[in-house]
Amino acid sequence: MIKAIVVFNNHGKPRLIKFFQHYNEDMQQQIVRETFHLVSKRDENVCNFLEGGSLIGGSDYKIIYRHYATLYFVFCVDSSESELGILDLIQVFVETLDKAFENVCELDLIFHVDKVHYILQELVMGGMVLETNMTEIVTRIEEQSKLEKSEAGLAGAPARVVSAAKNLDLPKLPSNIQLPNLPSFR
Amino acid sequence: MALKKVKGSLERVFDKNLHDLVRGIRNHKDDEAKFIAQCIDEIKQELRQDNIAVKANAVAKLTYLQMLGYDISWAAFNVIEVMSSNKFTFKRIGYLAASQSFHEETEVLMLTTNMIRKDLSSQNQYDAAIALNGLSCFMTPDLARDLANDVMTLMTSTRPYIRKRAVLIMYKIFLKFPEALRPAFPRLKEKLEDPDPGVQSAAVNVICELARKNPKNYLSLAPVFFKLMTSSTNNWVLIKIIKLFGALTPLEPRLGKKLIEPLTNLIHSTSAMSLLYECINTVIAVLISLSSGMPNHNASIQLCVQKLRILIEDSDQNLKYLGLLAMSKILKTHPKSVQAHKDLILQCLDDKDESIRLRALDLLYGMVSKKNLMEIVRKLMVHMDKAEGSMYRDELLSKIVQICSQNNYQYITNFEWYVSVLVELTRVEGTRHGSVIASQMLDVAIRVKAIRAFAVEQMAQLLENSHTVASSAQRNGICEVLYAAAWIAGEFSEHLRDPRGTLDDMLRQKVTSLPGHIQAVFVQNIMKLYAAILVKYEEDEDNDGIREVSDLLVEKLPMFVQSGDLEVQERACCILQLMKYVKKLQDKDVSCADEVAALFAGELNPVAPKAQRKVAVPEGLDLDKWINDPPSDSSDDEGPANSLFIPDDSRMMNESMTRPVVEELSDDELERRREARRAETQNNPHYLKLGASAKGSKYQEVVNVEDIPVANIDLSVPLYVPVTENSPQSTKRLSDKYLEAERQARKRDKKRRHGKKSKRRHKSESEEDVPVVHKVDIMGGEMPEGATESGDEGNLELDDNDPHKLLDIDLDRPLDADEKLPVRTHRIVSPSAEDRPVEEKKKHHRKDKEKEKKRKEKEKKKSKKEKKRNKSGDDSAHPSLLIATELMSPGHEAIPSPGEEEEVAPPSAPVKKDTTPKKEEPKDDLDFWLSGQDAPVAVEVTAPEPGAAADVDSDAEDTSRHKKKKEKKAKKEKKEKKEKKEKKKKSKVANDEDVDSGRRDGFEELNSDGPPLPPMSSYRLLAEDSNIKMTYETRVQSQQGQQLIVSVIFTSLAEQHLKSLEFNVMDSLNTKMDRLPGATTHDGVPVPFQLPPNSFNEGQFAFQVQSINVAQKLRGTLTYTIKTEESSTSEKLDFKLYLPCTAFLIATPCSSDAFARLLQGGELSSKYSIKLSSGGAPFSHVLAKVCFYGHFAIVEQIDQSASLYSCSTQGHHICLLVKANGGGDVSIDGKCADGSLLSNVMEEIKVTAS
Repeated sequence: MIKAIVVFNNHGKPRLIKFFQHYNEDMQQQIVRETFHLVSKRDENVCNFLEGGSLIGGSDYKIIYRHYATLYFVFCVDSSESELGILDLIQVFVETLDKAFENVCELDLIFHVDKVHYILQELVMGGMVLETNMTEIVTRIEEQSKLEKSEAGLAGAPARVVSAAKNLDLPKLPSNIQLPNLPSFR
Repeated sequence: MALKKVKGSLERVFDKNLHDLVRGIRNHKDDEAKFIAQCIDEIKQELRQDNIAVKANAVAKLTYLQMLGYDISWAAFNVIEVMSSNKFTFKRIGYLAASQSFHEETEVLMLTTNMIRKDLSSQNQYDAAIALNGLSCFMTPDLARDLANDVMTLMTSTRPYIRKRAVLIMYKIFLKFPEALRPAFPRLKEKLEDPDPGVQSAAVNVICELARKNPKNYLSLAPVFFKLMTSSTNNWVLIKIIKLFGALTPLEPRLGKKLIEPLTNLIHSTSAMSLLYECINTVIAVLISLSSGMPNHNASIQLCVQKLRILIEDSDQNLKYLGLLAMSKILKTHPKSVQAHKDLILQCLDDKDESIRLRALDLLYGMVSKKNLMEIVRKLMVHMDKAEGSMYRDELLSKIVQICSQNNYQYITNFEWYVSVLVELTRVEGTRHGSVIASQMLDVAIRVKAIRAFAVEQMAQLLENSHTVASSAQRNGICEVLYAAAWIAGEFSEHLRDPRGTLDDMLRQKVTSLPGHIQAVFVQNIMKLYAAILVKYEEDEDNDGIREVSDLLVEKLPMFVQSGDLEVQERACCILQLMKYVKKLQDKDVSCADEVAALFAGELNPVAPKAQRKVAVPEGLDLDKWINDPPSDSSDDEGPANSLFIPDDSRMMNESMTRPVVEELSDDELERRREARRAETQNNPHYLKLGASAKGSKYQEVVNVEDIPVANIDLSVPLYVPVTENSPQSTKRLSDKYLEAERQARKRDKKRRHGKKSKRRHKSESEEDVPVVHKVDIMGGEMPEGATESGDEGNLELDDNDPHKLLDIDLDRPLDADEKLPVRTHRIVSPSAEDRPVEEKKKHHRKDKEKEKKRKEKEKKKSKKEKKRNKSGDDSAHPSLLIATELMSPGHEAIPSPGEEEEVAPPSAPVKKDTTPKKEEPKDDLDFWLSGQDAPVAVEVTAPEPGAAADVDSDAEDTSRHKKKKEKKAKKEKKEKKEKKEKKKKSKVANDEDVDSGRRDGFEELNSDGPPLPPMSSYRLLAEDSNIKMTYETRVQSQQGQQLIVSVIFTSLAEQHLKSLEFNVMDSLNTKMDRLPGATTHDGVPVPFQLPPNSFNEGQFAFQVQSINVAQKLRGTLTYTIKTEESSTSEKLDFKLYLPCTAFLIATPCSSDAFARLLQGGELSSKYSIKLSSGGAPFSHVLAKVCFYGHFAIVEQIDQSASLYSCSTQGHHICLLVKANGGGDVSIDGKCADGSLLSNVMEEIKVTAS
């Protein structure tokens, strides 16, 4: 079982929080801080596993994370999950984001955290891995966006225009997340 | 209309959307909190508006704020509003917010049951998916109970997208509602062989999660998983299965033997590291579980170790980490194989990665030897100096202690070295392992006699420097060592070089800032020291010294008397009084040193943890016998006992203050005390009460222990502690001998090393030359600390709070009749319970009856809509008027609903399993599967499969073929199956070879019907127009000869709400509909619900029928109102309700004897015959149709003919003989007492079955 999925940037700002076990908001923030503290001080070329922090964890839990450009993708899992499998799942997640956002960068996650959640929902449900086939996930995501667009229809048009106008002054996007290939799994 | 929408969204443009919020927060870096507070105010206003789009926008923003740590639980109700929107876009926003912020304690969740149910059954698969996703995050016991059945239905959905989610969420349901596990498990098992890999993977996932905590219940699934493992190519599934096997093998070693070969193959063949790693892990688990005696055992171990070495040597740190992790598992059972790779592991100790170092540390204890211990420890000490973070440092510290002390200090050749290491460890900053060090010091000092002098010196130094330890910021951890230091210095004070100085050290003011239990030890050992000093001074006749030291004590001890700690205070008081007495004697020039020393005479020997248990029970002592007869009745004399007790007790207290309690308390007194104490603690709110279960036994024990009078032990009889052969004592002796021999050989080398160390550490050069005999001393009856305890871990006991504890459920036991998922029942308003149709009663979960009632009560309050419905229900006091209820799930019965094209099974049918033989079957299968290890693997693997597949197939068939109503018939068929299985069993006993063929035969037999049966549904179309569709089914029950219930499913096809539905039928002379009291025959019966768009609901109507031997056709009308936003139009739909004669038949099982008697009895005078053409369908299909539509039960079937029996609600017996004639014709001959009934029934059969 996956206990939590947290994405934060190099400064520890949360970009996505998904807990599969209830913690109140303060606790969640504390966990994010602690995890950031644990993860951020590690070198780049050390292993991606970490015995859990004191807040989230216990002996059965592990933190498995990956660092892409400005973002850390952190999964907290128990011993029923395969460590390398989860690493691969993170890769699938990030690659899916990359496809869905077309060269994903931190700003995409900042402004579209809802969409990131919807993508994550296709991968993981209730702490269990649901789907790992990327094409399947992407198809489903696209179908749902289509559905959303069809619902917005005429009524949605003005809002879209305005939001497009609002987006004109977006700052220059920082570099994309690089996607190294993971040889171990597939 | 559209204009209005556009206008609404134009207004919306000016609201902040999520984008604006995020941008705003980024632009207000300095006053973020203020900006967000302002935004929350805006959101609150937006939530007050009616426009759902505005609300959804607000909720989306809240979800973002929740991520930033803002509590949004206040908006829970608004979230639900958004969730209930019809639009997917908004619904998704709502569910996301809910999944992020709702949890089990969210109260509004109880409002969501019906909404979620509606979403689950939505035609749009994405609606259902987001509902499932959301539900997985906020499942509550209530939701789990109420929705279990709906999710069960979704497990058979045609869409894999929904199916896999439904399967996964079952796990969450089991956690919250363990009763669902058994009824749902057969279907879950089916899903292991689902054609869709995603669904399969989900099912594997769920079962693995379940099995992880309660593996023994899932052993019987091993063959299925084995097949999956050998056939699946999905790495995710493989990993899960292999992990599962890892959990199962400890329970069934035979399984391990079977696994080794395919796993080894996988290890050789796979290129996926993750899979390789899990395979190795499971092989290790297998090897651990096998008790040895496998010839190729070593080969497997070697293979694993070699592969792991490759992993560890890999440049990828992750693989290195995992390799070490797996290595540590091998180490436990096969230390030799790991030791071969010592170089590699020691290398990892220097890795820059802390995680890897930690893993290497775990392995270290297997790597040490006498030769390298000192070196390794020094390395670790260096690491400890460099380490940042107390976590790693603590880990290092405990590892040092662990590797040194392991196996009763097996690898330590020089205890002086070890003691100095321990002393050095006390300088580690901020460790929380102070007590570990302390216990090591005590252990070594007590058990290694030769080291005492050295240890005492070291301890004296520690005490001298105690101010640094005691004053350091993190003193809580490390000051524990002072406990050991004080005790050792006091107990072995004869070794002290300067006892007087140490005494001064122990009497410093600083000491009072130490924790109580340490101070207490200080006080006690001050006295011991004093005694030693006194003896020495008296020998020297140093009277000044005596006076001085006595004065010092009398002067200093009061600081302990003032201590807040009771123990310290008590001891200090006691000793102070003693001192004053001693001083009085000294003033009279009486030498009392010997007497004082006598207080502490004798050596304290360590007692092994198990020593108490090993004390033999003396002959003639029966521990289970009552010493005194139990009190006859405690309640009667409680009053006087209490009043007696209070003065009694105070007297006791006074006495115990002055003298130790050695008196014998009478049993009455004891009992009274206990009683009173129990009563007192029970009523005392400040007393922490034990859990209910503990109260009975544990608590009482505690009390008893306290109240047991202390009796003198006759010390003339030595305590005899029997020691078993394999107890560590014997091994230790061996190791001691070994140590002795080794010491001789390595004396010089050791001395040199020891010298270096001691020079560096304490500069005492004289000791260098002293040849010390470091011998781990064994005291009589003593057992080494921790030497055996660590070995047996015992079974994995689940915590009481762990939800998995409740899921420890036997899954092989056949289901009881009442073990069903709770199904939303139709509420029947009737004065007596007997009016309920049988099948509805069945739906009630036994245990849930009470709960169900309460839930209904609760639901009554839930929504206005429902309230209205309830009102109408309560108003109608007419007997046996049936009113349908809440929104129903699809597939509640086999409803051909637009959303669910496929045949949906009734909830209970798949759950029904055969009785006894089934119980044995899986076990037998497993045993058989496991035992046949000599036969070629391929055969073993395939052997159980046909049987299993057949079971599944036939279950599925049963499921689709029979409605709940026909359960009896289903049972009948299963009985036949049972017989087959019994036959199979017999043949198994006769010849194992035959089993296979027997099974295959069975399989073929069961599948002999050829193509699967066409779907059959008892629901027929009643009427349909563009807005609504009605299908109906008839139900009867045997006790209600005249009553017939028509259950109508109203399915809305309209875009609008349908309301004010009224169902009316023109009564005939023979058949009358039950109406509301006071209504005329022209009034319809109001349907007690409205129909939202794309929903359906079931209503039931009762009819009174006079004669049942003719089919009835009733004309009727449904009126309803279509409600749009502006207007409402009323519509009318005419229908003809056809009530066939077969509707009044009940398939009743009948034995062939009874059947023969019926036929011979002559009572069944009428005969009738029909012929039908099967149209090419196999005989079994025709038979199934006759049974299904005609409501008949099979009495006997011989080849191509069968006898059927049924009984009408009014007690007519109908017997049929069905025969297949050549050429696809089937002839049916019937006999019945009522000719017209018989002919009508058979004509109906002719129509329906052909």
